[in-house]
This record gives sequence, structure tokens and C-alpha cells, in this order.
Amino acid sequence: MPDVNITVDGKKLAVPAGTLLIEACKSVGIEVPSFCYYPGLSLQGACRMCLVKIEKMPKLQTACTTVVTEGMVVSTEIDEVRQARKAMLELLLANHPLDCPVCDAGGECELQDMTFSYGAAESKLIDIKNHKDEQQWSPVVYFDRPRCIMCYRCVRICGEGMDVWALGTANRGSAQLIMPNHSDYLECEECGMCIDICPVGALTSGAYRYKTRPWEMKHVGTVCTHCADGCKTTLGVRRSPTGMQIVRGDNRDKSGINGDFLCIKGRYAFDFASHDHRIQQPLIRREGRHVPASYDQAYEHIALRLKEIREQHGGHAIGVIGSTRTSNEESYLLQKFARLLLGTNNIDHHRTADFPSFAGALARKKDATASMRDVFNAPAILLIGNDPTEQHPLLAWQIRNNVRLHRARLYVVNSSPIKLRRQAASFTQIPAGSEPQLAAFLAGDDSAANALASGEITREALAALRDKLRGEPNLIIIFGSELRGSSIDSLVRFGAAISGAKFVCLGDYANSRGAADMGLYPDLLPGYVPVGSGARFHEEWGAPVPTEPGMNLLQMVDAAKAGRLKALYIVGANPVARYNLDPFALSKTFIVAHDMFLTETALLAEVILPAANAYEKSGTFTNTCGDLQLLKKAGDITTVKSDFEMLLRVADRLGFDLRQLVPFRQAERADLGQSRGAQSGEADRHAIWLEAHGLEPKLSPFDPIAMLDEIQRLVPGYDVSRVELLAGNDQHTSIEAGVASSIASQPELILPANDTLFTSGTLGRYSRTLNSVIENPRRAPADKADREVVV
Amino acid sequence: MADLVSHPDEVKVVSRRFGQGAANLDRYLELDGYKAVQKALSIGPDAVINEMKASNLRGRGGAGFPTGMKWSFVPKQAPKPKYVLCNGDESEPGTCKDRLILEHDPHSVIEGVVVAGIAVGSHTGYIYIRGEYRYLSEIMQKALADAYARGFLGKNIFGSGYDFDVYWHGGAGAYEVGEESALMESLEGKRGVPRIRPPFPAVVGLWGGPTVINNVETLASVPHIMLGGGEWYASLGTPKNGGTRLFCLSGHVAKPGVYELPLGYNLKKMIFEVGGGIRDGNKLKAVTPGGSSTPVLKADECDVGMDFDQLMKAGSMLGSGGVVVLDDTTCMVKYLQRIMMFYQHESCGWCIPCREGTDWLKKTLNRFHAGGGVEKDIGNIQYLAENMLGRTFCPLGDAAAMPAISIVKKYRNEFEDHLNGRPCPLEAKALEAVPA
Repeated sequence: MPDVNITVDGKKLAVPAGTLLIEACKSVGIEVPSFCYYPGLSLQGACRMCLVKIEKMPKLQTACTTVVTEGMVVSTEIDEVRQARKAMLELLLANHPLDCPVCDAGGECELQDMTFSYGAAESKLIDIKNHKDEQQWSPVVYFDRPRCIMCYRCVRICGEGMDVWALGTANRGSAQLIMPNHSDYLECEECGMCIDICPVGALTSGAYRYKTRPWEMKHVGTVCTHCADGCKTTLGVRRSPTGMQIVRGDNRDKSGINGDFLCIKGRYAFDFASHDHRIQQPLIRREGRHVPASYDQAYEHIALRLKEIREQHGGHAIGVIGSTRTSNEESYLLQKFARLLLGTNNIDHHRTADFPSFAGALARKKDATASMRDVFNAPAILLIGNDPTEQHPLLAWQIRNNVRLHRARLYVVNSSPIKLRRQAASFTQIPAGSEPQLAAFLAGDDSAANALASGEITREALAALRDKLRGEPNLIIIFGSELRGSSIDSLVRFGAAISGAKFVCLGDYANSRGAADMGLYPDLLPGYVPVGSGARFHEEWGAPVPTEPGMNLLQMVDAAKAGRLKALYIVGANPVARYNLDPFALSKTFIVAHDMFLTETALLAEVILPAANAYEKSGTFTNTCGDLQLLKKAGDITTVKSDFEMLLRVADRLGFDLRQLVPFRQAERADLGQSRGAQSGEADRHAIWLEAHGLEPKLSPFDPIAMLDEIQRLVPGYDVSRVELLAGNDQHTSIEAGVASSIASQPELILPANDTLFTSGTLGRYSRTLNSVIENPRRAPADKADREVVV
Repeated sequence: MADLVSHPDEVKVVSRRFGQGAANLDRYLELDGYKAVQKALSIGPDAVINEMKASNLRGRGGAGFPTGMKWSFVPKQAPKPKYVLCNGDESEPGTCKDRLILEHDPHSVIEGVVVAGIAVGSHTGYIYIRGEYRYLSEIMQKALADAYARGFLGKNIFGSGYDFDVYWHGGAGAYEVGEESALMESLEGKRGVPRIRPPFPAVVGLWGGPTVINNVETLASVPHIMLGGGEWYASLGTPKNGGTRLFCLSGHVAKPGVYELPLGYNLKKMIFEVGGGIRDGNKLKAVTPGGSSTPVLKADECDVGMDFDQLMKAGSMLGSGGVVVLDDTTCMVKYLQRIMMFYQHESCGWCIPCREGTDWLKKTLNRFHAGGGVEKDIGNIQYLAENMLGRTFCPLGDAAAMPAISIVKKYRNEFEDHLNGRPCPLEAKALEAVPA
């Protein structure tokens, strides 16, 4: 359709037919104020703030519900319009409590901003305002009725956006109010989107209310450290005696892949960082007890023992277990530390998806992976296995809203009636565990249908589904950890016949994909390059590294039990709990653990180093789709250090040349921070300037960006725009060099996290907010939760 | 059950069968019942719509939109089913005509719905009756059952091969639902709040299908137009204001009641001749000519013809035909306060100006009339009302604003008399008259 020509305040503009007037105005920088209008949600026309004058129409019209028509002439700044806005604000403020000095939203309140812009600060009215007491709806949601201006954003984001429908309106007229599904309390997914979208302080966060004023916080846009979807979350950070304290998480920066979305974990579950049980200083076990030690003592102790073991038993007697929640730079450094410095390929991590098989299946295919943004725009989606509503809340949001706003066709195949079936064009329930047969059937093996067909799901229905999917160009195929090994090959073969088909393989933790991409495998170097063919790594690293595959996690434990593995270096992982290991199997092993808490695993360690979490460090994360994003440090905590720094300190004690580990520039010898002192003012100013302009200083080996240089140079698929990345934008990496590997895809090592919306592995146990929701006595027990609303 | 009144000036069309037992189907058939449907079936949709256009029938709900034109907006072909809705949510204070029709002549409404259905190619009709009219719902249920029993409704009506179903639906007691789109929300089982328009019901209405929605009186007029012809009907009224309408004469007149008079009938004559003049020999003070939402007319403005256009010229509206007559014992502040109490109670709460405006008007007027008024209140009342007018989501805001604006403008002196802690002067006078 041709563009429509309209005139707004004398400006002529052409906008696509069907555009709403309010959006057309916005496109040329003319602000038409509104409360109830919110892009992506249904139109309300309720707040009447966006009234504008349209020529030939006797009354003022709402710009939010008016679609542009050819030749439309609009005025947004004439006296009549200004007067209408001002009167509307006066009416809103008439019943508003004006408790701005103590309101959480004070300073970031749209009603304040509008009053500031359009004026209505003086009230003509003298009667008593209507009042209603504040209510607590859930551990994390409070409702202050008098502040509510009835824009219905919360109702719509909860219903239309989240498909939860926990909020509605009750009563009529001036007694009308927003009401939760249990009339005085809320039972929902506790995502807190209603709080975020509230233009005033009517809905406030149980975790944040009355804690601070917004202008007293620094706002840091970083990536959530919980599930593998990689939502951008803005942390509100305040100074505290220990360095800094995170007081709030939200998504005020909506430029991220998550747009408006954030779930309970992203919004509230940062509080593990300030949990009392956090380890405050290094601990060394002496005579059976963990006693505090200085960092120097700890590094020294570790270096001595590792050196001794390496010299006496060789590198293969040492094992390394990496993390699914450390940055890419840390994972990369860790495997380099293991291979180059310790001389071992015994390295592994908690695998939650079969990324190596995925990489193998995609070898030599261009642009075969879908980004999280793609999932919102694809014309059709096939979802096999997993329950994204619980395990991948952002992915579920993208799928749901793609169906709602773009009429995408969703095909769900699952062994359970997952909630996303409500958006599905077709839902096929197959027997639990038969997902591999489904992949085989899709790839053309008709005999596999035997294991799938039952009841309504006939062989014909399955064949019809397959035919339908074959006719869906640009299909995105999303699959959970139910599919592994050769099943992924089958699925990719099926997809290869569909033009433009792309894939998403679902892992479970914030940087599970990064851990896989960075080569935390006994047989794979970063980028899924087999250890035997890593010439370019060897060249760059300039030293021999073992080329024989090492032991995987379970093999390491067995070897430890047998006394063959003498040392285990564990960074941010809890294999003892995750794999339900016998702790005594590791009793003869020298264990080093980097951790925040005394987990089941950390307790076994001889030396425990207190680690910073993802909110306390810089670096990058790769989400499960392969979107690379920048982690921004919220601030430093005096009592902990990043895994990156601690690894380097240990390497330094081992007498290793740090430049071989981290390719930082400048300086002849390892600079451990001395040159950043007061005397090096010039360098400092330079660094400040670089940082202010988003350019990396790389003056010290502790700057992870220096490691990112190497990653981008060496890891296939990571050669993305650095400028975009530093600007805080997501960059989709691709899988390029995959080679199917027999060892890496051992299915028994893949252990899905099976987290729910309210759990997050070991980390989640230390979140007071998550626990308060789980333990909320007003909430139905998990097995009876009405999250499965009957429709 | 309401008593019926009559006057020689009446032209009985819609009220023709009142008091004649026409709720009984046999009696209705004796009185030319269901002939209009058969005629409509024989002449076909286009001829029906032409007849309606010729009749100059304008919507009797209040807005006065030409009915034939409304029907012609419904697309001939539509992917979704089309519907005919009868709006029986009669709630405007001062209006009580639909209830007489539903009580005395329910089949004429059913017939009107069926004719409308034939005209627009619909096969389903709904008669929505306000919740408070429970006894009328019972009458309507019986009428529908009788019509079904005779084959006048359902499959193959009158052997024509045309199917048409009619259902009744009860409201839950909300003035707002008299607004057509809110009525559709309510009928769909949702909260009764209005919808964004456009799209208009003729294109996207009930359950997304093209929908004709008309007032009870409008639909009850349809069979008479079918039988008597559009031109005949048009000739009963004034130009562009075809036919007669039921005027609900209430307030301080000697003989209140529902009278059917031709459109354009003089208001003064209506009060002093048809209504028998002002009660107790008092003097006329003001008239609300078309339901409580219409601007009031002062006594000297009442020499006006009662049709849509003449009243518009006089600064008011014909509205729903509820003529409320006020004599000189009436305190206009109290009158406005009472009206505002109604609108505040009935505001659905959807949009800011109506929700907040009616509430603050009510609060201010309550205090003001009780003697707590201050000078700026008078300006505030006007200001609040003026900022509601034309700016609310639906016409309810206008309905509350129009009487307020007109009363403050025309009776400002009465407001001033209430100021400075003085209680209502008229009430004080009334108290003096009470013997000790």
C-alpha cells in the first residue's frame, strides 16, 4: 500500500497506511502524551490525554485510536488541545494522593512528567479525595489504589502479553479499581511486568519499595544471570560499605532482546548477591576445618599444590570443571588455563543441551541459527519438547507475542500439555521420551510413527503435520534437551529441506551456550574445534597443548575415586549436587573451588575463593540462541574477585607469563594494576576517556575485553561487530565449524536443569525473593497451581 | 404495570395496540400482527430498506440517526454472521416508553427485529432488556415462545425458506449498557464498557459480525412502516423527522404519562394542553425535553416544535423523549445534584473525564447544596462539565455535562443564592410553610 500523506503541526509527512496517528506524530518527533496507549497492547482510548485537533472534525480526537487518512491535517499544540490535556491532568490529580515525596515512582513517574510538561499543578477542587488502603497482593506486588490512574496497562500486559490474565477491573465509576484474580491477593507468574509498566506508583515492588529514590541509584544495563535467554536487565545500584548494593532490577532500558519483558528472576532474583551466606574471604581447609585466609595465602597454597601435582603426576592428573554462569572470557580463559598451563584436556561443565551435536549437524550451513529477535518475527515456529513458559520465559514471550501481534503459526509437539499450546495452531501430544522418534519421522522415517501415534494422534495426523511444516518457509525450529545426538541430525536434515529454516537449541543456564562455545569440553576447543585439529589455537597460544581428548566430568569423578585424578579445579559449579555425586569419591582429591556460597561442592574444597557473580563483573554472555551480549559491571564488592582475576593470579603464582594467557597490549611485563595508580595520571585519563567513549582500554590483563579480542579472532562465528556489542546491542553469533564428536555428545552427561519460573539451580536457593514466592502460604502447592488455566 | 393515558391530539401508531391485550399472540394477529414480516419477505431486503429510508424514521434511542441509512451500512456479504440487536436497556431518567411497548406490544418488537434481519440478511436477533425490567423479560420470553410455537421464528419462517432466531437477554443494571457498543460487550458476557469506534457496529459489531442495533421504539415502529408505507409514516411528522414518537411527560404536570404525538408537536402545547398544565397552579420554571441528559429549556424557551432539528436549534436535544417539567418550587441546584448523583453512579469508570468529572461534580454539588458552597464552586462546576463535554470515550460524559452546563448558565442566580453558608432558599421557604 502506498504511504499516506498527512500534516501535523504544519509538518508534512508520509507514513505507511494503517499507522496510528500517535505513532505518526512520534515518527517526526512530535510528542502526543498518553497513559493508556502502549505499543503492542490493545487500544483503550481511556485516558483521553492524546486528544488532538483534526481538521473537519468537530470534537477533539484521540490520536491513539485514529488511523491516519490521506490529507489529514492535525494540530497537537493549539490552545484547545493544550487546555484539554491540562484539564485531563487536573481530573487525574484531583483524586491522586500527591504523596510523591514517599512514592517509589517519584522521579520516574509519567504523571509527574506530564504535569511538569503540560501543567496542572494547582487544583481548583476542595472536596475530600477518595481513599482506599494499600494492599499486598503477593510477596512481590503491592497495590496502592489511590495512586492508580486506570490506564489498564497492567491488565493488558498480564493478559495479552503474559497470557496469565490475573488482573482485571472491578466496580464501576469512581469506585472502579484494578483487582487481582483472588480479589485480595494475586496468584500468577510473579513476573512483575505490571509494576514495570505502571506509569505511576500504584503497583510497587515488594523487593524495592521504600528502599531508595531513583535518582540515588546508578542504572546499569546488563544481562540477567539466571536462565539461558539473556534478557537485558537494568540494575539499580547504590553505594554500600562493602562497595555496592543492587537494590532493584527492572527493564527500564527496553532496547534489549527482551523489549518489555522480564520475568521474576530477572527482576527480583539479583538478591542472592547480598545473601548473608556469601563467602567473604578465601578459606583454606586446615585440620578438617575451613579457616579464613588472605588472597595471597590462598593463591600461594593453590599454586604450590598444583605445581606439585603437575610435576609428580602430569597434567592428566588434574581436572577442571567450568561454569554455566561465568562469562565467555572466563570460560575461554579457564580452558586455556587448563590446556596451556596445567597441560590437561580434562575439562568439562554441567551440560544442559547437546550443543556439540547441534554444531556438528549445522556444519557448513550458513545462517542456520535463529536469534531471540528472529523468534518474535518468524512466520512460523515449531517447538519440540521443553516448557518455555517455565524454563525459557523470554522465549515463551517472544513466541506468544509473535502469534498475537504477527499471527505467526505455532506448532507444538510435547509430551505434556504445556501452556504454549494455547497459542498453538496445532498441538501434538506424543508419549514421553518419544521425541527422538518424532525427529526421525520428520526426517522421513515413516516407521518411527509407530512410537508416536496414539489416540487422536494418528499416523495420518502426524503425516499431515509433517506436510504442513514442509510448506512453512522460514520456519524456526526450537527444540529442548529431549533431542540429542543423531536426533538433532535428523531434525536438521528435515529443516534443510525447508527454505530459510533456522534452529534454536535450548540450554538452561545464563551462559550454558557460552560454556559450550568456549570449549569447556574434554575433546573440543572453543568453537567446537576438535582438540586434535586446533592448529590455529596452537599457533596463537605459541605452546604445545595436549591433543588427546581428556576425561569428561563423570570420568574425572571415577578417576578421582580410583586415585588417578589428584586435583580438581572447579569454577562456579556444583556437580556434587547436580549429578548427585558421592562426596567421598572426591575425598582424596585436592579441590579448588571458586564460588559465592559454601555449596555441596565447595564444602569439599581445600581452598575456596570467594567469587564475584555476573552482576559484579564485565564480559560477555551468549544466550541459548547464540546472541552475544555485553555484561556490564554494576560495581565492585570489596570482599570478592572475578573468576577472571583469580585465575590469572593463580597463573601468575604458577610462574606463567600472563601475556600468553591474555593478549593485553601495553607494558612489557605483567601489569597487575601497579601502573593504574595515582602516578600514572596520563594513562588513567586516557583510560577514562576510552571508557567514556565505549572503547576498551585493555591496559591490564584483568580487562576481559582483551580476552574477547582473542575470542573474536579465533572462535568461529564470534566475529561480530564490536561497536554494536559495546553499545549494549545483542549480536548474533553463528555456529560454523562444528564437527560431530563421539565423546562430546554422551547423552548421559546432559542433565537438564528443569528449573521452574521460581527456581534457578543452586543460585536460586540463595534468592530470598524466589523463596518467598515459593513459600507463600497463600499460593497453591506447586502441583495444584492453576498456572494451567483452563480455556 | 403502568396506567395508560390518552389525549385527542395523539396519533396512535406505535401505541396503537396498547391496552388491547396484544401481548397475547392471537390478539396480536387480529390486530394485523406479523403481516409486516410477511410483506418484508415478499418485497425483499432492498425494498424494505427503501421503505425505511422513505419513512424518515430516526432512531428513538436518543441520537436520532436515520434508521434506513443505518441498515444500509451493513455489508451485503460478510464472512461472519450478521446480527440484529434490540436495545431495551431503557435507563435514561425521565424515559419510560420502551417499557410500555414491551409490556403491551412485545410482538411488534419481535416483528421489527425480524424485518430488520430480513433487510440486512441476518438470521439472528437479540432483544436486550434492562435488568430492572424483570417482569418485561417474562412477557418477552412468553412472546418469543409463542412465536416459535407458530413457526414465526426459527427455521423456514412463514414457509419462506428464511431462518431467523430471536433471543432475549437480561441486563445486569447498568445505564452505560444503553450505549450500543457497551451493550454488545455486555451481551458477549463481558463488563459493560463501550468499545472504540470506528469500526462501527454495522461493520464490526456483536462477536465481530456486522450488526444492526436499534432502540425498542424504533423497531416497534418498523412493522407499521412496512404496512402503512414509508411515505405515509413520513407525512405524520415534520421534514426529515418522520412519524410520531412516544413522549414521556413527567414532573410537575397535572396529567403525566406517555403520549404518542407527531414529531414537531409544540412543547408548550404538550405541557399545557396534553399534560393538563402545571400542578397546583404553580408556574413553569424549566423543561428537560429529552431525558435528563439534554440541556434544560427555560420557561420562555418552550415554544418550540419537538423534533430533532428544531430542538437542536433551540440549544437542546430531542433525546429519548423524556420530557421532565419543573415548576417554580424546584431548586435547580438540587435538580442538578440529583441528576449528577445518577451519572456519577452510572459512570462505567472507563475514561478519566467521565469517571473523575462526574465524581467531582457530585461531591461539589452535594456540599454546595447543603450550604457549604464557596464562590469558585460555580465556576468549577462549569469548568468540570465543559471539560467532559466532547472529550469522553462515549456519550455518557456528554450526558452528564450538558445539563450541568445549561443549568449553571441559565440559573446562575440560584447558585449564587446558595452561597455563603446559606442553605437552599427554596427549601427554607418550604420549611416556613410547614405549620408549627
